[in-house]
Amino acid sequence: MSPASHRDESPDRLYTLTGGRTRSAPDAPFDLVTLVVAESDPAPGMQSEHAAILRLCRRPTAVVEVAAELALPVGIVRILLADLLGTGRISARHPRTSGPADPSGSYSLPDPDILEQVLVGLRNL
Amino acid sequence: MDSAISERTPLTSTADNGLKIVIVGGFGVGKTTLVRSVSEIRPLNTEETMTRAGEAVDDVAQVHTKTSTTVAFDFGRITLDAHNVLYLFGAPGQERFWFLWDRLFAGTLGAVVLVDTRRLADSWYAIDRLEHHGMPFIVACNDFGGPAHTEQEIREALDLADHVPLVECDARDRSSSKYVLITLVTHLQRLHALRETRT
Ligand SMILES: Nc1nc2c(ncn2[C@@H]2O[C@H](COP(=O)(O)OP(=O)(O)O)[C@@H](O)[C@H]2O)c(=O)[nH]1
Ligand SMILES: [Mg+2]
Repeated sequence: MSPASHRDESPDRLYTLTGGRTRSAPDAPFDLVTLVVAESDPAPGMQSEHAAILRLCRRPTAVVEVAAELALPVGIVRILLADLLGTGRISARHPRTSGPADPSGSYSLPDPDILEQVLVGLRNL
Repeated sequence: MDSAISERTPLTSTADNGLKIVIVGGFGVGKTTLVRSVSEIRPLNTEETMTRAGEAVDDVAQVHTKTSTTVAFDFGRITLDAHNVLYLFGAPGQERFWFLWDRLFAGTLGAVVLVDTRRLADSWYAIDRLEHHGMPFIVACNDFGGPAHTEQEIREALDLADHVPLVECDARDRSSSKYVLITLVTHLQRLHALRETRT
């Protein structure tokens, strides 16, 4: 668990990384555990972080794993992913956890079928 | 970067559902140890930048300003079956982090409060917050070889409701850590069954 290398990085570098765009698409939120899948190979001349994500995500890879592997904050990774999603180079498999939305808006119990699958998976460990 | 990538254990191509469980507790209580003992990958470490209002910062201009805070956390991974992958997040339980966890871990199945019985007061705040948010949790006492306490003593010291499961564990032991997770999931199932009978 080496410290992430970006801790000392300047805002300028992060700004450059994201091409000056500052926000990821609010309508397509990437959860920490949204699984990202590359839909194409890196192209020549592509920004190196974009290329690294495409290589990393040849198999499904959670947003949080992408961030850890690239040693970038999750927020920056979300912006990079939004770029790639916008150009169709990745697809996103969002989590399906919840049962019906809780009227109070906070926590809602997970779907019972999912719970059963989690239990079976854990028992088989 | 490439060497880090080649060391990875990739998921199967059919994986399509990421799930979350959070392990909260004070510093040094064994969160990372528990994650490591059940994870199929070496625990990884990352960080999220949040505003004081508890929103994830995806605005680069804010990343290095004083109005934002960086939260570091570690995580591990368990492939449950061809579709489901469970991520375990180790989260420090100190008061100053809590407004961040609320947002970060939206959609979490439930939480494990890991406690060291020599420092029970360290987990009061985490338990308060979980209760406040209606986030289901269990309490696991990690065995550091301190003096033995009865379950009743621990429940009283934590002011723990009777329906909240309390288990002992050794975070270094894989089967013990696995049992902690199973206890949480069966607790969630019980809550479901309870709700069904009420409606
Ligand atoms: N005796 C004993 N030591 C433990 C146990 N779990 C963790 N430790 C040790 O306690 C220390 C802190 O554990 P760590 O997992 O880093 O705590 P964290 O800060 O909550 O992530 C490490 O040196 C562990 O080896 C346990 O069940 N028994
Ligand atoms: Mg730790």
